[in-house]
Amino acid sequence: MAQIFHPSTNTISRVSLFSVLFLIALLLWLLAEFQRSSYITEANVEREQPVQFSHKHHVADDGIDCRYCHTSVETSAFAGIPPTKTCMNCHSQIFRDSPYLEPVRESFRTGKPVEWTRVHQLADFVYFDHSIHVNKGVGCATCHGRVDEMPLIRQVASLQMEWCLDCHREPELYLRPHDQVFDMAWQPPSDQLEQGSRLAKLYKIRSVEELTSCSTCHR
Amino acid sequence: MADQPKYNPLTASTFFDDGRSARPLVVGTVPRGSLAEDNLNVPKDADTFPVPVTRELLARGRERFNIYCSVCHGLLGDGNGMVPRRGFRQPPSYHIDRLREAPVGHFYDVITNSFGAMPDYAAQVPPRDRWAIIAYIRALQFSQHAPLAELPAEDRARLGAGGPR
Repeated sequence: MAQIFHPSTNTISRVSLFSVLFLIALLLWLLAEFQRSSYITEANVEREQPVQFSHKHHVADDGIDCRYCHTSVETSAFAGIPPTKTCMNCHSQIFRDSPYLEPVRESFRTGKPVEWTRVHQLADFVYFDHSIHVNKGVGCATCHGRVDEMPLIRQVASLQMEWCLDCHREPELYLRPHDQVFDMAWQPPSDQLEQGSRLAKLYKIRSVEELTSCSTCHR
Repeated sequence: MADQPKYNPLTASTFFDDGRSARPLVVGTVPRGSLAEDNLNVPKDADTFPVPVTRELLARGRERFNIYCSVCHGLLGDGNGMVPRRGFRQPPSYHIDRLREAPVGHFYDVITNSFGAMPDYAAQVPPRDRWAIIAYIRALQFSQHAPLAELPAEDRARLGAGGPR
């Protein structure tokens, strides 16, 4: 009686077994990468806003400090979105006829706030506080990128937990001196590891065990 | 979990008629704690600092001045900031006689209540920082009118040699 299976089926069966494993792994990897993509994280997506506000113009061209508008960044969890009055500090006279600024003027007239579209939206189960970060030497640009080069604001980081942990595991790679925190153009020095470790000690940054403990961020 | 039924700062509300979860102050009320530093609110003509003027206060004043004031008044206080260059009415220099002779209470009043084209900065600069800024303005004023005899010998030599200012 002739053999039912040709000897080559041995190879085919092995190849197909491994192919299935490979395909499953590929699918898992694709899912993980999709989860990290800007389709999910909305990183680098510019939002439609009621006013075409340019951070590039106000920060880079005019030299206005972040804290002029985001007044509470050093003292509270929320950096603060400026009230319309802050816009009108200058725009009561500058560009006061510009149609682009009509929503701002309308808000000032009626007292109804401008409804900006939120860009950085953390999940509600994350406890995050701006003040502790800027007071411990984490620069604005470390998380928000070169805002002074963004005509329209966008989020540059994924804001996913693995991204937070990048820094909470090795803060010395990112820390900078207090007086450089609001400097958009700051670049780490060549001996950043050494400087960062020094600053971590100076600013009493907690141990990596504490920084990566669940309840540090999930309270 | 990710979207919990609570208000994050400035999120919209369907409960209040004006749609704001951040409630404006009720008319005629004073926020709790806001009177703790009431001694810092001095009359316009007062000419003494209600806080001790220390090196730390001056450093704080320089930082706050550069954030909130220099945009119009310029880093030197001469009124050549970026915003007047864009078309805002130019503020006077701090180095004119009228402002050099003005009491510190005048500066406090202007920061708190506005003056001429300048809006008030009461919401952006808390009282203690206003005094830090005023101390720094006094330092700026002195810097432009410092008598030659009071300069350290080193700086006087540099001036004589026409070196870097």
